[in-house]
Amino acid sequence: MSSATAALNSPRSPFDRTLLLVVPAAAFMLLLFVYPFLYGLALSFNPKEGGALANYSHFFTTDNLWPTIWTTLRLALPATLINVGLALPIAFKMRVKSPYQRWATTILVVPITLGTVLIAEGMLTYFGPKGWLAQFLQFFHIYEGAIRLTHNYWGVLISLVISGFPFAFLLILSYITGIDPVLARAASTLGANPRAQFRTIYLPLLAPGLAMCFCLAFVQAFSVFPSAVLLGSPAGPTRVISIAAYEAAFEQYDYSLASAIAMIMGFVQLLIVAAVLGVRNLMYRGPVSGGKG
Amino acid sequence: MSAPMSGIATSRDHPWADHAWTGLLWGLMILFLVNIGLMIAAVATNSFARRWLGTWLPDGWTTDWYVSAWKEFQLDSVLMVTVEVVFAVVFLALLIGVPAAYTLARREFPGKKLLMLLFLLPLMVPPITYGIPLATVLYKAQLAGTIYGVILANLIPAAPFVILVMTPFIEQIDPNLESAARVFGASTGRMFWHVLVPLLGPGILAASLLVLVRTIALFELTFLTAGPDSQTLVVALYYSVFAAGVRASQSVDAMAMVYMMVTLAWLLIALRFVNPTQLVSRVKEHPQPA
Repeated sequence: MSSATAALNSPRSPFDRTLLLVVPAAAFMLLLFVYPFLYGLALSFNPKEGGALANYSHFFTTDNLWPTIWTTLRLALPATLINVGLALPIAFKMRVKSPYQRWATTILVVPITLGTVLIAEGMLTYFGPKGWLAQFLQFFHIYEGAIRLTHNYWGVLISLVISGFPFAFLLILSYITGIDPVLARAASTLGANPRAQFRTIYLPLLAPGLAMCFCLAFVQAFSVFPSAVLLGSPAGPTRVISIAAYEAAFEQYDYSLASAIAMIMGFVQLLIVAAVLGVRNLMYRGPVSGGKG
Repeated sequence: MSAPMSGIATSRDHPWADHAWTGLLWGLMILFLVNIGLMIAAVATNSFARRWLGTWLPDGWTTDWYVSAWKEFQLDSVLMVTVEVVFAVVFLALLIGVPAAYTLARREFPGKKLLMLLFLLPLMVPPITYGIPLATVLYKAQLAGTIYGVILANLIPAAPFVILVMTPFIEQIDPNLESAARVFGASTGRMFWHVLVPLLGPGILAASLLVLVRTIALFELTFLTAGPDSQTLVVALYYSVFAAGVRASQSVDAMAMVYMMVTLAWLLIALRFVNPTQLVSRVKEHPQPA
């Protein structure tokens, strides 16, 4: 059909002027996304002092900089695995359209829009040493000791699950409902129960969606900043790489080093995405819909 | 495929295991939702509390914290900035996003894959990664710290989001309608206004509400580019939590409630027009360029 509209235009003008419509958006992205990125890349090789690679060697030899990579991965990878791992079976349970589905999805959207800052403030109040959770556990003598769920690793991890799980759930649900139920029905006439349907039909077809979901959930968890500052201990076990980048830029005013850290952050992120997509390529590839598209 | 099928018949003889599994999933889900509900309730209770120290409920109730939070954090100007930023971002994202989505939905041209990648990348890279170089460039251009810098920074994820949400909407519209308008001599601009925009109404509404909700909650980019006079609500909230030792916790929580009310109001409006799964549908329609 695009050839038909193209043919309609072609006798008048040899150049299809509709293509111009994409120019403003493309120019905007080049100017404000690609250019700053390249500028930052160039800036990172122009350190305040030393040779071209001074920033990168500084990063990998300074004790409070290079471990931030592991700190970030130690938070982001488990959070992403928990989110995707829990979202998958729950979304599979809810794949059939029902009143529950609409309700559950609506309720689950709320934490997404709360944002990390509000979740942090809520957790400080609720999970704090004198919050309702601590009172509840002590009142029923379930756990008597002091509860330490804020200002440490666990606080940040929980906040990443709260903000990340609904997102992973909605994404996987939209993938699962995109799979033609005819396929599963065909399998069930052959005697496949839900678990077998999941293993032999849904899981292989979901592989690309799961890989995409893992990547997007990982991006969110990897760029953790507000909750690592507010809920973690930003000087110690939750000093993530984005805190290091922020400090370099806005506390030491060393934009060159900050750009270098941002580039390293982007590079690590891309490595993980590439690894996930690599694993995904080992699995099934093919159409997701049934017989007729 | 046929080998696992033979194992199916044997794996259905544990109905109790299935029940336990279902129960476990529902239990986890309810635990998750109940704790989030209580978390929000705790913030709400604290914001109305006269004094609340280690008891189930506070000693007394008051609305003074809202008054003091409004004054302390200059919420009226913060809310003004938030409204200005959010509506400017929605308007500009639609202005450049919808035409681009139209071209991407209707035309094949060399470099289209590359362009799609350009629009997908800002959603795949952590905001801090491109936010810091962006802030550096904006400081050079004297735009950082101003409301214009904040709007430009927020447009970077918003415009691609509009494009990715709108493209499938436009693909659904019959191209014959456009051809008919052209036959009667309508220019591209007139065709756009009189044929496409009315048909795309629901899609544009959905996209703008989603961008609106996302922009209100987007923290990192505003945080990196805003100055003292151009903070949005979420950044102001961050600073108030960050400096929590200085302020009464009730005052911070009152501000958090104001923030949540603003987001929730828009979210409820959005949910009237959009199915929740569409919040993330941008990926569903565009899995991979493969």
